[in-house]
Amino acid sequence: MSIQSQFYQQTRVPSTLARWWRHYKRNPLALIALFVLIVIALIAILADLLAPFDPARQFTDSIHIPPSWFDEGTTTHLFGTDYIGRDLFSRLVHGARLSLSLASAVVVLSAISGIFLGVLASFSNYWINSLIMRVMDFILAIPSLILAVVIVAIIGPGLPNAIYAVAFVLIPHFVLITRSAIVQETSKDYVTAMILDGASKSRLFLQSILPNILPPIVVQLTLAFSIAILEISTLGFLGLGAQAPHPEWGTILSESHHNIMFAPWTVAIPGLAILFTLLSINLVGDGLKDAMEPRQK
Amino acid sequence: MDKKYFPFAIILASFSLLSGCTDMSSTSVRDKVLVYCSEASPQSFNPQLVTSGPTFDASSRQIYNRLVEFEPGGTQLKQSLATHWEISGDGKEYTFYLRKDVTFQTTDQFVPTRHFNADDVLFSFQRQWKKNHPYHRVSPLQFRYFGAMGLNELILNIEKLDIYKVKFTLKNPDAPFLATLAMDFASILSAEYAAHLIRTGQPQLIDNKPVGTGPFQLVRYQPDAFIRYKPHPTYWKGKEKLEGLVFAITPDPSLRFARLIAGECDIMAKPLPIQIDAASQYPGLITLSEAGSNVSFLAMNTTKKPFDQHKVRLAMNYAINKSSILKIVYGGTAEEAINPIPPLIWSYDNKTEPVPYSSLIAKQLLIEAGYPDGFKMDLWAMPVQRTYNPNAIKMAELIQHDLEKVGIKVSIISYEFGTFLEKIKSGEHQAALLGWIGDNGDPDNYFSSTLSCAAARSGNNGAFWCDEKFDSLIQQAGEKSDIDVRTELYLKAQRRFNQQKPWVPIAHARQFILLNKKVNNLQLVPTDGMYFSGVTLSAAEAETPLPGVE
Amino acid sequence: MLTNISRLLINVFSSFFVLTLFTFGLTHFFPDGSSFIYDPSLSTSLFPDVSLTMHQQELGLLEAYINYVTHILSGNFGFSSVRGTPIMDDFVIYFPATIELAAAALLIALVVGLPLGIYAAQHKDKWQDKLIMSGSLIGYSMPIFWWAMLLVLFFSIILGITPVASRIGFEFDIEPITGFMLLDTLLSEKHYALDAFKSALHHLILPAFVLGTVPLAVIARSTRSTMTDVLNADYIRSAKSRGISASKILWKYALRNASIPLLTAMGLQISILLTGSLITETIFSWPGIGKWLLEAVYRRDFAVIHGGILAIASFIIIIHLVLDIFRSFVDPKLRRKQ
Repeated sequence: MSIQSQFYQQTRVPSTLARWWRHYKRNPLALIALFVLIVIALIAILADLLAPFDPARQFTDSIHIPPSWFDEGTTTHLFGTDYIGRDLFSRLVHGARLSLSLASAVVVLSAISGIFLGVLASFSNYWINSLIMRVMDFILAIPSLILAVVIVAIIGPGLPNAIYAVAFVLIPHFVLITRSAIVQETSKDYVTAMILDGASKSRLFLQSILPNILPPIVVQLTLAFSIAILEISTLGFLGLGAQAPHPEWGTILSESHHNIMFAPWTVAIPGLAILFTLLSINLVGDGLKDAMEPRQK
Repeated sequence: MDKKYFPFAIILASFSLLSGCTDMSSTSVRDKVLVYCSEASPQSFNPQLVTSGPTFDASSRQIYNRLVEFEPGGTQLKQSLATHWEISGDGKEYTFYLRKDVTFQTTDQFVPTRHFNADDVLFSFQRQWKKNHPYHRVSPLQFRYFGAMGLNELILNIEKLDIYKVKFTLKNPDAPFLATLAMDFASILSAEYAAHLIRTGQPQLIDNKPVGTGPFQLVRYQPDAFIRYKPHPTYWKGKEKLEGLVFAITPDPSLRFARLIAGECDIMAKPLPIQIDAASQYPGLITLSEAGSNVSFLAMNTTKKPFDQHKVRLAMNYAINKSSILKIVYGGTAEEAINPIPPLIWSYDNKTEPVPYSSLIAKQLLIEAGYPDGFKMDLWAMPVQRTYNPNAIKMAELIQHDLEKVGIKVSIISYEFGTFLEKIKSGEHQAALLGWIGDNGDPDNYFSSTLSCAAARSGNNGAFWCDEKFDSLIQQAGEKSDIDVRTELYLKAQRRFNQQKPWVPIAHARQFILLNKKVNNLQLVPTDGMYFSGVTLSAAEAETPLPGVE
Repeated sequence: MLTNISRLLINVFSSFFVLTLFTFGLTHFFPDGSSFIYDPSLSTSLFPDVSLTMHQQELGLLEAYINYVTHILSGNFGFSSVRGTPIMDDFVIYFPATIELAAAALLIALVVGLPLGIYAAQHKDKWQDKLIMSGSLIGYSMPIFWWAMLLVLFFSIILGITPVASRIGFEFDIEPITGFMLLDTLLSEKHYALDAFKSALHHLILPAFVLGTVPLAVIARSTRSTMTDVLNADYIRSAKSRGISASKILWKYALRNASIPLLTAMGLQISILLTGSLITETIFSWPGIGKWLLEAVYRRDFAVIHGGILAIASFIIIIHLVLDIFRSFVDPKLRRKQ
């Protein structure tokens, strides 16, 4: 063995994952963002341990206490309290759990159905393919938030319905990306070779195509994740998503925006939470894109 | 210029454009236009069709007159389109002598050719009263107020004695009848306009493009944006001094307050308690306040489970912490309600014992009622502020919190205000946070409008509570004219109410309004509502800018 | 050229077909069955034209669909189930307000975003590029409902240099002629027309900036990536080596070649702008279709929701058609295809 390995010139080919990681970690911003995202995810997971109070508990004697770094602030309430005396920090921490888990649910739902439809479209006959693509083009043409709002209007406001609506509007992206990646891959020679070898469609897809279309789908996953967070919080803000007293970030903003002039922190801090989360997801997404498809850079 | 800096130059240029626009000189036009930041779009411009304050503010109170009206700032009656009236000895016949030379407004749709007369009075009432009137079904909305006041049954006949004389004949004597005629839904519309619209084939315009005899006439309305009025040039009391009146429809109270501070509005409807506190920091602002003739309550739909059970309703009364609601929602400006009428209305029952807050008793009652684990319920809360409830959603959240302690899971439901009212009236709710503003100072207005069987049928009785004993008490009281006898009957009615508990009475709110110093002669009325007739703006004050938040 | 146009037309027709199928199907999902336009209480002599879907129950599905499309093509989008007014009337009032706002937002986004993107591409991987790209990523990640509130708090309430809300000062009574406030004020014969114009412009700035934030970031990012590709292309390098001045390369060669992918990116902006208008209009009390649609959702006015989505989607189809035609003129590749 050892003789052989010395005999031939040896190139260590790192696994795909390792190669991506090597590219990814060259980008310091993306690294920081990944770190921030992991911290946010940890906060969401450990919400029960981190939050000092029940997010719904009303301290009716301490309404609109400013954050602790202000003179009037107290250390009991790190980020202050809202208009009915709920601890803002606890609400945000639980809100992180809610927002991230909702967004994950949305992404899983839409990715599964989107990839399924995309695969179906690429391996079906002309008519089914055009039908799917026409419908997807059409859904894409309607601005996603407007479509989500209309869907929620029809099936009724509330959390589960908001999830379905946002998941629905995200499906076409997955369909389009899956299909175009598959079309691109199938035109390559190695696939033709496999077809000539008599490989079945499922074998062709699972063994050859799937690993190769993964990168664009992963990038789309992060993108969908950030859109999902934004749209769920927007629906919450508009009163169509999570309903009070759910500590969803958009709902918190919608509840506290009446007091923007008197308790600006109840608006500023939840908004910052959304912004930071979205920013880090988008940075991670950018980093992944660069790492997985270095040609596009 | 070096091309390298080109992008920055553009940014700089665009910013200077931005700042160049900011030093706008305030024009003199602004000093003659009164801008009122109102809280909701009107549902219609016909006060006959609705029971909501914003519609009355936008229609009856500016565009129309009634036969009799209330004294400014009170509930005393005075003459208006009727110069005087006679009541027969048995209290069943009312004869009104009408004012002459009253003109209707001229609009794009309609040029009146005659003055106000008895035909207009007949038209205005018959449209609501007679099911076969050609205008009765023109609007999809119904004449709920007319029905809720029991007028469908009460009025036997309306007669035109001569061109300036009208006689109302009633089935039985009705003490508050004159006050009823002063209410918004009794506004007088133009019969000539109605006939004109039938000829042109657009009868629905009567409710959207109003023509009245009042101080202001409608110029333009953009739903959810603004309503613009101009003074009625030949108003019978004399033309208004203002050159224009604008309702800036701003449902969001924080936006309303911001607009007031920025000087975009002169008057702000329904400030939040926290804004009333803050207003004192602005030297350019004045707060007007007035004890309110109103009640805010949680109505439990007695036709639906589980609120058909008396014990459950009683448990709800124990389970809700009213003092925390008074503090947080009303900022301590309201008083706790224990009766369905406020203390400033005569016949208020002082002996009523307040129900204390006790989760324990509530829990016990629920066990007795067969709900040891509580239940799930919908609580409907309106999205807009009303005088009686500055923030129904917030109140609902507090109640949600209280009820959770006794095992009742509450989901809060809200719709746009107009839809909310429609849905409540069709009884879709299990429980709702509602309120009532007395329109005429008579206790009957509260009892008949919100708790009678007639109101349960018309949908105005949010609890859909139809109790024979209670109903006969208030019916009797309405027919008597002796105030002591009536008081005695109303006290009995309140005892019956408090024993049956169709509501959780919550509060009687003070009404507040914030306005710019330059607004003169604005008077609040205890019956709520904004009347802009006679209001003026002083130009000198307008020049001093309001300070910003530091 | 002809084949191109016929291809575009086929595209438009099929999009419209799918759209009407979708909205037609939508009406069957509305709560309260199919009551929205054919509510019996509305179907009195009042609304002679309620026939839009009134007879649908008696018709077969295909006939009902044809009937439906005929009405839509004739501009009858039904009647508001809350106010009873024709939806088309509302749309004509609200739509120009949105277009005005969106156009201003797009203008801001272009005027600021394009130069920033070009500048970043010219300084690729230097600190200027990194600064601009981080800034644009923040803009891209911005929850604009929050952004709008912060800007109103800062510029309108604390500094007091911009109006809080609405399209124009309430003192000005402007007759709607075109529906575009800036035009209407100029067309107005009132003595304060010029002041009204200034007021309208003044009211436009902050909402347009809010609405333009995300498109600005997107435009800066896509301009940068397109320009980087173009600036690395061989013909640019050869132009450089021939000593053509940097500015001439930028303006004459690079920008022209970058314009086609940028035009494609612009098509996407329409969607972003309409999405943003829903929120911006709500916060700034701007009477446009976004707010109109949202109010309809709160009122559960399904006729308006239905008509609104139909109108918005038709508008987008038309915009894409126009962009496609425009592109077929500009893009030499497409021109040569025939």
